[in-house]
Amino acid sequence: MLNFAYFIMPLVLLAQASDPGDKSASPSPSPSAVKTSAEGVESTDGVPGTDSVQSADDAKNIGDAADEADAKGWFSQDAINIAYLIAAVLFIRGMKGLTHPRTAVRGNMMAGVGMLVAVFFALGTGGLSYTVIFFGLAVGGVLGAYKAVKVEMTDMPEMVALFNGFGGVGSVFVAGAAMMYESVSMQGSIATALSGFIGAVTLTGSLVAYAKLKGIKWVPDGQIIPAQKMVNALLVLAAVALSWWLTTSAGTGASPYFAYWLIVLVACVLGILLTTPIGGADMPVVIALLNSYSGLAACATGFVINNNVLIIAGSLVGASGLILCGIMCKAMNRSLKNVIFAKLGPTADTPDAEEVYKTVKTSSPEEVAILFDSAQKAVIVPGYGLAVSQAQHAVRDLSNLLESRGCHVDFAVHPVAGRMPGHMNVLLAEANIDYDRLREMDDINPEMEQYDVALVIGANDVVNPVARTDPNSPIAGMPIIDVDKCRTVVVVKRSLSPGFAGIPNPLFAAENTLMMFGDGKKAILELIAAIKEG
Amino acid sequence: MTLITGLTIFVLAIFIGFEIITKVPPTLHTPLMSGSNAISGITLVGAVLAAGHPGWQTQVLGFLAVVFATINAVGGFMVTHRMLSMFKRR
Repeated sequence: MLNFAYFIMPLVLLAQASDPGDKSASPSPSPSAVKTSAEGVESTDGVPGTDSVQSADDAKNIGDAADEADAKGWFSQDAINIAYLIAAVLFIRGMKGLTHPRTAVRGNMMAGVGMLVAVFFALGTGGLSYTVIFFGLAVGGVLGAYKAVKVEMTDMPEMVALFNGFGGVGSVFVAGAAMMYESVSMQGSIATALSGFIGAVTLTGSLVAYAKLKGIKWVPDGQIIPAQKMVNALLVLAAVALSWWLTTSAGTGASPYFAYWLIVLVACVLGILLTTPIGGADMPVVIALLNSYSGLAACATGFVINNNVLIIAGSLVGASGLILCGIMCKAMNRSLKNVIFAKLGPTADTPDAEEVYKTVKTSSPEEVAILFDSAQKAVIVPGYGLAVSQAQHAVRDLSNLLESRGCHVDFAVHPVAGRMPGHMNVLLAEANIDYDRLREMDDINPEMEQYDVALVIGANDVVNPVARTDPNSPIAGMPIIDVDKCRTVVVVKRSLSPGFAGIPNPLFAAENTLMMFGDGKKAILELIAAIKEG
Repeated sequence: MTLITGLTIFVLAIFIGFEIITKVPPTLHTPLMSGSNAISGITLVGAVLAAGHPGWQTQVLGFLAVVFATINAVGGFMVTHRMLSMFKRR
């Protein structure tokens, strides 16, 4: 891996040189264009559609002023390509900014500026008619901005799922349109088929994932047709055959178009069939995978229209999704294949729930409040239940209250807690909880014995000690947060119903565990009241 | 552009992606997803070229592509910004 650093260095150096911390030093062929674009991003409160229109006006001025501008377009093809390169560098720098919370906001803005630069210069390509383009930009901009402003933080997984799908379908349409005017080539045809296939799988897969996360009832769940895996394999074969037809018939009348849209149709069905059997708790992996696909679809489209910036941006996204996917799988000790094709469930020797839960102790907020009164160090473990009951603000209040009474509070976050990678972190950040307080599983586990109280809110499988103790359990070997090693464990949960793995959790019946049954938010608010009274 | 040039760019970009993204801390995984999602809205470049091309079929497809890609890009960057501004140190 390290050797590749040498290949990457030149690009990285380029990236360093264009550090927009000093925007005036940006090596853009038209710095004023970059500047206006930057302002466009910073004013994210405004309506982006109007920003684009403004940029267009500016661009006309620049275009008039530029002596070397192409007679038909605003810029020469070389200028456009350099702008694409700058955009690609901005994307890379932007993603690099995301490696630390301090630099992340600026990183995201850089990527946004990159996007504006790329689109702005694309608009300057000769021979375009703008009515349709600007209408599309306005509609999409308003819809996107509206959704981005309105969405609740607890609904982020749904939104990302939906947007992945939009990215996919965008690629499907671009490749479909490009077939009609790009010159015919072997490379182009193969890339077109790939674009349509990946894009369409991303679209319908994302829509099913969205429906599952939203809990839309009429969308089918689980195995929806007999021998689903077999059918999936046949669909893939059909898509390969159709791609062959598309490639060999390229440039001959209507058949390639027919083949293309058939590929899209087949892939749409495949996307649905692949996603329906995957369970809710595996959604982080699925969303990460679809994220990766949306990037790869963009990448394939880049090969269709011979555009470097699409290839670079698309493969960055593809790599990002794949890495997240890998991290999620590792955090569940399962392979990607297992997540997508197998279903977790109790095995024959899974102990009976009633047997396990014989010694469960139910507690009251008052009793737990006394516990916190004498605690020096507490750790809060959030799970999906926290998101469902919107308890993040109540948890913040509890943590502040405990801190003011001299009890140190940390948060332990399992990588797959929630419905998407980093879901819990975003919710806790929304509630203004310092990110330094959020500790990773591997980091906090060795210190677990030092905590007086662990408060588990709506988590189950990620704190199930069976993963450590029982090699025959379906979650054997999955890394968990070792809350059972704390002096006392308080579990806030609606009922003793099993988690995703469908197995009982002996932690709930352990000698040092107290159960507080009820809705997460309500239970925390009651606990806060009890501590204040006590 | 030849296929080989394209593939070279593709492979190198994948490696850059791996190098950078493995360094993103778990705290920022959700913004990373929504942000990279916005970057995949780069198909907008292709969409713009298609929508501006003469011929009603390409314009219809191009228009739809522009709408979806713009939602992706604008919505993605804005929501990422919203999320990231919440990650503050007290």
